Amino acid sequence: MAAVLESLLREELSVAAAVRWIVHSAQSSEDDPGEAAALSSLRPLRKEFVPFLLNFLREQSSRVLPQGPPTPAKAPGSSAALPGRPGGPPRGGRGARSQLFPPTEPSSAAGAEAPSVRRGGRRRGPGPARERGGRGPGGLEEGVGGESLPWAGGRRPRSSGSPSSPSLARSDPPNLSNLEEFPPVGSVPPGSAGTKPSRRINPTPVSEERSLSKPKTCFTSPPINCVPSSQPSVLDTSPWGLGLPPGCRSLQEEREMLRKERSKQMQQSPAPTCPIPESGCAHPMRTGNLTAEPADPARVSSRRRLELVALVYSSCIAENLVPNIFLELFFVLQLLTARRMVAAKDSDLEPSPGTIDSLESPLFQSVHDCVFFAVQVLEHQFHILSHLDKGTLKLLAENERLLCFSPALQGRLRAAYEGSVAKVSLAMPPSAQAVSFQPETDNRANFSSDRAFHTFKKQRDVFYEVLREWEDRHEEPGWDFEKGLGSRIRAMMSQLSAACSHSHFVRLFQKQLLQMCQSPGGAGGTVLGETPDVLNMLGADKLGRLRRLQERLVAPQSSGGPCPPPTFPGCQGFFRDFILSASSFQFNQHLMDSLSLKIRELNNLALPQPEPSDEDGESDVDWQGERRQFAMVLLSLRLLAKFLGFVAFLPYRGPEPPPTRELQDSILALRSQVTPALDVRALLQQGLRARRAVLTVPWLVEFLSLADHIVPMLDYYRSIFTLLLHLHRSLVLSKETEGEMCFLNKLLLLAVLGWLFQIPTVPEDLFFLGEGQLDAFEVDTVASEHGLDSMPLVDQHLLYTCCPYIGELRKLLASWVSGSSGRSGGFVRKITPTTTTGLGAQPPRTTQGLQAQLAQAFFHNQPPSLRRTVEFVAERIGSNCVKHIKATLVADLVRQAESLLQEQLVTQGREGGDPAQLLEILCSQLCPHGAQALTLGREFCQKKSPGAVQALLPEETPAAVLNSAQNIAVGLATEKACAWLSANITALIRREVKAAVSRTLRAQGPEPAARGERRGCSRACEHHAPLPSHLISEIKDVLSLAVGPRDPEEGVSPEHLEQLLGQLGEILRCRQFLCAPAEQHLAKCSVELASLLVADQIPVLGPPIQHRLERGQARRLLLMLLSLWKDDFQVPVPLQLLLSPRNVGLLADTRPREWDLLLFLLRELVQKGLMGQMEIEACLGSLHEAQWPGDFAEELATLFNLFLAEPHVPEPQLRACELVQPNRGTLLAQS
Amino acid sequence: MILTKAQYDEIAQCLVSVPPTRQSLRKLKQRFPSQSQATLLSIFSQEYQKHIKRTHAKHHTSEAIESYYQRYLNGVGKNGAAPVLLELANEVDYAPSLMARIILERFLQEHKETPPSKSVINSMLRDPSQIPDGVLANQVYQCIVNDCCYGPLVDCIKHAIGHEHEVLLRDLLLEKNLSFLDEDQLRAKGYDKTPDFILQVPVVMLCPLAVEGHIIHWIESKASFGDECSHHAYLHDQFWSYWNRFGPGLVIYWYGFIQELDCNRERGILLQACFPTDIVTLCHNVA
Repeated sequence: MAAVLESLLREELSVAAAVRWIVHSAQSSEDDPGEAAALSSLRPLRKEFVPFLLNFLREQSSRVLPQGPPTPAKAPGSSAALPGRPGGPPRGGRGARSQLFPPTEPSSAAGAEAPSVRRGGRRRGPGPARERGGRGPGGLEEGVGGESLPWAGGRRPRSSGSPSSPSLARSDPPNLSNLEEFPPVGSVPPGSAGTKPSRRINPTPVSEERSLSKPKTCFTSPPINCVPSSQPSVLDTSPWGLGLPPGCRSLQEEREMLRKERSKQMQQSPAPTCPIPESGCAHPMRTGNLTAEPADPARVSSRRRLELVALVYSSCIAENLVPNIFLELFFVLQLLTARRMVAAKDSDLEPSPGTIDSLESPLFQSVHDCVFFAVQVLEHQFHILSHLDKGTLKLLAENERLLCFSPALQGRLRAAYEGSVAKVSLAMPPSAQAVSFQPETDNRANFSSDRAFHTFKKQRDVFYEVLREWEDRHEEPGWDFEKGLGSRIRAMMSQLSAACSHSHFVRLFQKQLLQMCQSPGGAGGTVLGETPDVLNMLGADKLGRLRRLQERLVAPQSSGGPCPPPTFPGCQGFFRDFILSASSFQFNQHLMDSLSLKIRELNNLALPQPEPSDEDGESDVDWQGERRQFAMVLLSLRLLAKFLGFVAFLPYRGPEPPPTRELQDSILALRSQVTPALDVRALLQQGLRARRAVLTVPWLVEFLSLADHIVPMLDYYRSIFTLLLHLHRSLVLSKETEGEMCFLNKLLLLAVLGWLFQIPTVPEDLFFLGEGQLDAFEVDTVASEHGLDSMPLVDQHLLYTCCPYIGELRKLLASWVSGSSGRSGGFVRKITPTTTTGLGAQPPRTTQGLQAQLAQAFFHNQPPSLRRTVEFVAERIGSNCVKHIKATLVADLVRQAESLLQEQLVTQGREGGDPAQLLEILCSQLCPHGAQALTLGREFCQKKSPGAVQALLPEETPAAVLNSAQNIAVGLATEKACAWLSANITALIRREVKAAVSRTLRAQGPEPAARGERRGCSRACEHHAPLPSHLISEIKDVLSLAVGPRDPEEGVSPEHLEQLLGQLGEILRCRQFLCAPAEQHLAKCSVELASLLVADQIPVLGPPIQHRLERGQARRLLLMLLSLWKDDFQVPVPLQLLLSPRNVGLLADTRPREWDLLLFLLRELVQKGLMGQMEIEACLGSLHEAQWPGDFAEELATLFNLFLAEPHVPEPQLRACELVQPNRGTLLAQS
Repeated sequence: MILTKAQYDEIAQCLVSVPPTRQSLRKLKQRFPSQSQATLLSIFSQEYQKHIKRTHAKHHTSEAIESYYQRYLNGVGKNGAAPVLLELANEVDYAPSLMARIILERFLQEHKETPPSKSVINSMLRDPSQIPDGVLANQVYQCIVNDCCYGPLVDCIKHAIGHEHEVLLRDLLLEKNLSFLDEDQLRAKGYDKTPDFILQVPVVMLCPLAVEGHIIHWIESKASFGDECSHHAYLHDQFWSYWNRFGPGLVIYWYGFIQELDCNRERGILLQACFPTDIVTLCHNVA
């Protein structure tokens, strides 16, 4: 391979030819015969060229980049000091590649690195291993196998013994003099949270190029005369320093002079001012002593060579020959921002045996070379750069090295920055909102039994309880998910016995997942372009600052290097841990089913069709909506697919690939039989054919990213990877032809695919498959001429949301500005090219009905909103139709059922027979009427749909189009409604009738009183009656006074008694606040009260002698009660209690006994028809059975006789009574 | 009537071992004249119930029951008209109605062959006329009408109070033109958890000192004082369940609550002691 590069460098071979050679196996006619001859001999090695080139570049940079130790063994600690820089010695492709980006296993040195990694969460710091709630915020493997995979470091286990391993440094004692780890109190740690630390200090613009940043207004000290604080926004619009007031100008000039002076000094002593510490515990990366060596274009050592390599390298990037373009960009930016070079030791410069002449000397001999090379590559990659977010563009445009080496590129970047609207901001995560209860899916009718229904009720509550607890506590140190919640979750899961309960719970789980995690922006990217970027924040107004601060505090802070492992950030962690803790096979199965279904549904969703060229603002509004919808769907799909992948591969996941070939083969044999949870291959093929790759591939990547080590070796998945590789290769960004995929769509796919190819479980050799099949790759796209791919659906916000790791480029540049060096993370792997075979099969195509095709065709040339409107109307009208039938036809039938049932009950007596049998009889009579439902449904849809369509379409819609749209809507609505009705109407009628029957039978039951509740009062009533509760408690007080014990001074005034009865009347007439139980108790209490009156047992307040109620008063009160009983109570009054032995017995205690009131009461009861004569006689008769004192029994018998003897004439009774009573006369005489 | 924890504790302190009688209530009202009577009664009732829950078991050992029964028999043997049972209850610091139940149960065990069912006993307590022994009937009745924390009459009063406040709230909602579904409607639709009212269109409640309002989807009326114990039970059994299904909502403790308990506002459970005055509704005409 080196030979090829060699001939390139010697210019024996043109770069174009070399690239052609790499891309296409066959020789092209353009090739020079000499070149062809040279290359054809190397043909077998062709596919190894790119990996060779990449490894070569990494190695070369390792030789000269400053922090690379002279020999790794001497200073293992310092090798990690600049991760992202090759730390290892050149050892040939395999070994060196693995060390390109040293692991992020924490070392004390690593702590000094760019903040991104520290915050990434992947890093296992020196603190407790499970820092943040058990399984770590995003990690995947922990908790599964109990062993943490060092994905974070991007290292395969086999390279753990590499001499550059920083693990040695772990045991280092904390270095208290380390300003980074132990910053002085009050100081801002450099580079923390990706911001520059220098903002609060007086402006120290290093160069004019930095002027892109917001004007240096400070709020801790007054700004230097230059910028009136009221003007920042003006300056912001021309941020290139051109509009700076003179005062600033002079400051700038002054600084410029200083800079030049310093660089002169530096050039005089090229060796770094601070020597590189040799020992592992020293930290060469401390920002305090780190100054970047100025790069000078004049001092580039071998321009031509660098240009050539840059060209080849760039061509490989442009042709998608590298696995991950963003990783390469990251590497290039590292070169651009390299701080210093180490004076290479002789041993490093000595040619290794076997290297060829022009490769003999290092490619990068100085920082100048690195920067030159980087700028060269960046020039070639300008197109990609120009599509990055505004913040990155600004940092690039401000980079003084870039300006120095290529003013032209800087100019283009500046122009791109000015033209860009692609601000990307971290949005607030949505707070937890519960999934709402929907009777249609959640009520009792959806459950097999009462028990299942109530169990699920409890489960919903436990689920949210657990979620709330997690929200509150998962960030507490020492809190552990499994310890804190595991047993509760499992207890809950164990109650899910029925399959139907599982599906309910899974639906809840999935909905909650989507609600909480769907997109970091909640409503879907509304913040695009609104917030200032990180470096501008301190110049913004206070509110903006607060907002940024808040965002920074709550947003997931880093994706962890350019190639982070799959993680479950934020709320996703809860759902992952829930699945793990639940460890329920049934749950997982149901979850997979549900996720698969939802993925299919969303993946097939009709998303925007291309608008006919309609440039007015209206369609622009529509288009924004389309984009937003697309973003929502895409993000939902990615989330669902990630969890599907997680659950589907959970049983197979382990930290290591199988150790031996034999073992692997046997596992493969087993696994190849397992059918995939979701036929993702078919969906991918379908997506490619329909040109919907931009929707399908991103979620598929999420799904595959959670696969285990075996998956990529299975034929099924291998074919998927082949398809993806073909796709990747075909997405050449520079080709932009009509009907092709949009640039940002491509960029998104390249980013996600590039990321996928770097994941540890994906075999290293996969990307460099033999390219034999590549040419044969043709996607049949006739099915859809205009797919999603050709629509500009992806914007930077979506790109960065899906691929937060692209933001690492910006972080790297920002850390250059802030004075600390960027550090890479993630895994970058060596590349071992091999050849494999395998190609996916094409799925069969489906056919559709003619009408559907016509409808499809109709919509094709209409704006997409028309189709959505029609579908929406059809969906809603169809659904309303069912509800309408339910409310009319079914309700009528239910009423019929009720009256039939009533008849039945009358004829068959109260019981009415067996309810089940009754139901059968009723249903057999009523269900046939269900047939009308279809006719009625058709009528309903016919009637309702056209109006709705008309109302929703713009007025200028042509009549014919409107008419067709209406017809289609009617058809679709009818189809939907009738399909449902014909399948379900009988069951629906049955269900409703059954409910009605049980309702009616229940109402026949023992609580007729309850039905009298709330009969309401007259319209004129103003509800001024006292509250029943109050009255009951007043009456209770009277009763307790009467029954005793009481203090001598306690009693009731007759007026109070009268007032109470008056209030009782008001309450009974108003009824506003009266409920049945209260009325029942009032009735009972009123009877008790009457008995006490009759027995003269109520202690009366008043003049000392008068402790008893006057007869007349008592009678008046009794008459009031009688009238209430007769006219106002709507519940049965237990009047028979008046003659209960207990109440009659009250009379026995009074001396002298007075029977007249009782007799009076009894007569009135009969008189008013409240009790029958017979009834009273029966009660009196049964009183004889009780045991009484002799004289009392006698008097009672007399009363009985008297009551029987007297005909009921109102007045004379009293006298008769008096006559009967021997002592009555004296008593009357006394009063 | 929102009390701070300290104010509440002061009141609760005065309620230790106070019998649930008319007289105790009167004294309490004199002790805290500035507090509303309903609030005091509610706190008293809750505190007493807590006390009874704590001591319930010791009154239900067979030894205790036997000793109470013997004391009752001795008492009524001497004088059937004296408040034997009531005094016994006060003496052993137990609720009179519950003491009546113990004695009644014991009495029926002695006089009936089969042990009495719960429903028979409940029915006799509701209507002591059904008690076969006249003296016992009077004693039981006396206990019930003199107990202001337990017994069928008290239960009825509590139920009535709850109902009345729901009606009150309903009227307020109607007055404000807020459409809602009530508990019965929700039950008919098959909701598994039913707050008193679900607003069909949510409203925002503004708070005097807060910048942002709080969304309200549902309202639960509680005609009692919100103390820690009952509030936590309600949170667990009701309020969080409502939140889990319907989102944020409002709880009205008509007799007040401990201020410190209103700590879940941000999470979506608001406490109020009356119907909120500052409510913002969704405007249909955005002109």
